[in-house]
Amino acid sequence: MVSIRQNAYPDLLPDFRNLGVVARVLLAVNAAALAGALYAMPELPRALEGFVRAAAFLEPLLLVELVALFVLSPQLARLSYAGGCAAVVALVSLLAGLYHAGASQVVPELPPSLVRSVVLAALVAASLLAYFRLYTKAFSPALAEARLQALQARIRPHFLFNSLNAVLALIRRDPKRAERSLEDLADLFRTLMSDARQFVRLADEIALLERYAEIEQLRLGERLRITWELDAAPPDAMLPALVLQPLLENAIYHGVEPGTAAGDVLVRIERRGERVHAAIENPYIEAEQRRAGNRMALDNVRERLALFFDAEARLEARAVGSRFRIDIEMPYRAAKA
Amino acid sequence: MMRIFIADDEEPARERLKALLGDIAAELATSVVGEAKNGLEALEALPASGAEVVLLDIQMPGLGGLELARHLAGLERPPAVVFVTAHDRHAVEAFELNALDYLLKPVRAERLAAALRKAASAAPAGREQLAAAAQAPREYLSVVERSRIVLVPVRDILFLRAEQKYVTVRTREREHLVEESLVALEKEFCEPAAALFVRIHRNCLVARGAIRGFERAPGADEAHWQVVIDGLAERLPVSRRQWPAVREQIASK
Repeated sequence: MVSIRQNAYPDLLPDFRNLGVVARVLLAVNAAALAGALYAMPELPRALEGFVRAAAFLEPLLLVELVALFVLSPQLARLSYAGGCAAVVALVSLLAGLYHAGASQVVPELPPSLVRSVVLAALVAASLLAYFRLYTKAFSPALAEARLQALQARIRPHFLFNSLNAVLALIRRDPKRAERSLEDLADLFRTLMSDARQFVRLADEIALLERYAEIEQLRLGERLRITWELDAAPPDAMLPALVLQPLLENAIYHGVEPGTAAGDVLVRIERRGERVHAAIENPYIEAEQRRAGNRMALDNVRERLALFFDAEARLEARAVGSRFRIDIEMPYRAAKA
Repeated sequence: MMRIFIADDEEPARERLKALLGDIAAELATSVVGEAKNGLEALEALPASGAEVVLLDIQMPGLGGLELARHLAGLERPPAVVFVTAHDRHAVEAFELNALDYLLKPVRAERLAAALRKAASAAPAGREQLAAAAQAPREYLSVVERSRIVLVPVRDILFLRAEQKYVTVRTREREHLVEESLVALEKEFCEPAAALFVRIHRNCLVARGAIRGFERAPGADEAHWQVVIDGLAERLPVSRRQWPAVREQIASK
């Protein structure tokens, strides 16, 4: 589990295996090359020509650099932030130097000097590191806020008071079950109040789902029917805390409680290759769409997925006939044993 | 012996209320004459149960507690209503504002006893009082036939027309008479938030969805329009005063 101190967000190297990071690097470097070409040759057609020539030299180098960073990412992450930055800049410069030397053997009319290539590569790498640092800094308040929102959105007073009421009813008739329900409630609230910026193991999130479902079952009785399809769920997958529970709560609040008949809810989690898929399905009650607030939990979860996985996670919500369905897809990252 | 009816969609919540009624039996003798697990069930069973007080959960599937109370108020001898809610800030504010009795879940025995005693001594809340506390238009209008409450889904209504003391409620199948004022109905169903009906005449509101078109009244000397309703032979005159507003509203539909 990645623990983060309460008041400070330590600087971390960007995750070089993240699609969003890779895409940003590609875009930034090419934009810089284009800007350079425009600066050197003010007429557009010639500038474009210059850019294409520069790109032919640049693109292979860029890919080699990215692959190297991708491969070495775990080793780099183990260094201190300053050490990591130095290592990244050094690695990039070294590769640029080697590449330049190698390329000049094959193609004679290359950009002038080796030193120039190395210095340029080092400068670009350093600026990009600075950019990523600012980028994470800019999002730190959003993270803190997301956590707060998560907390507020999660403790739905309606759920809390109705659950307490149900447990009170149970105390005389079935004290054992009442005890278990209060334990479930305590576990649930402990997680709800924990740091939503952490990664948790899927197995833990599933245990939380089951505790939560147990409490709802007590309240709603046979009106709530949940089908669990979890056989292919990878227990060691890491995901942001409280991504699935709010969605199950939504499914019950909007899909089961307002209905007079019993409602079927489906929870399916599975690993497909390097991706984890989760789907939650509930009856779609049309009149329910008028009730406010059903998008809040969804937006919150989507935002948190984006903060943790950048462009690599996806959340989709849609009504299909008489069912409402939410699909989540995220990269499979195993917990370190 | 105070006769009590309990309506709540959660079984443990009903069980808890019954346990509490047992606890306060020494100071206040009660008997539970009926239970329901949603609003529609309650509406059906309540009139014949002879209940004096009804404990009504406000968030129930099908028909919410507040709307149910508004229909019950039409009964000849309506029961006193005590609302019960886990947490609905807006509803609680509205109850406070309109002096309606309510209990918060989890309910305490002494509060329950106090609410029941008060309910037994005071006159039941009137329709206007309940309507003022409502936050959404009703889903049904209701007609009391003998001691039964018949619900007419608002979405089935084609038009509402005032006639002397009553308002005629026309659906595709039949007509009902309700004892409500057209002005109040207009306020409830024509507000921008709901906008289900449009006023076409001093005495008539038409469901927007039921309007098929307009045609000129035959034999009229001046331009005079009437509404053609889907599947109905009857034509409804649009007053000259309302015509521009009606045309505009239908165009923007």
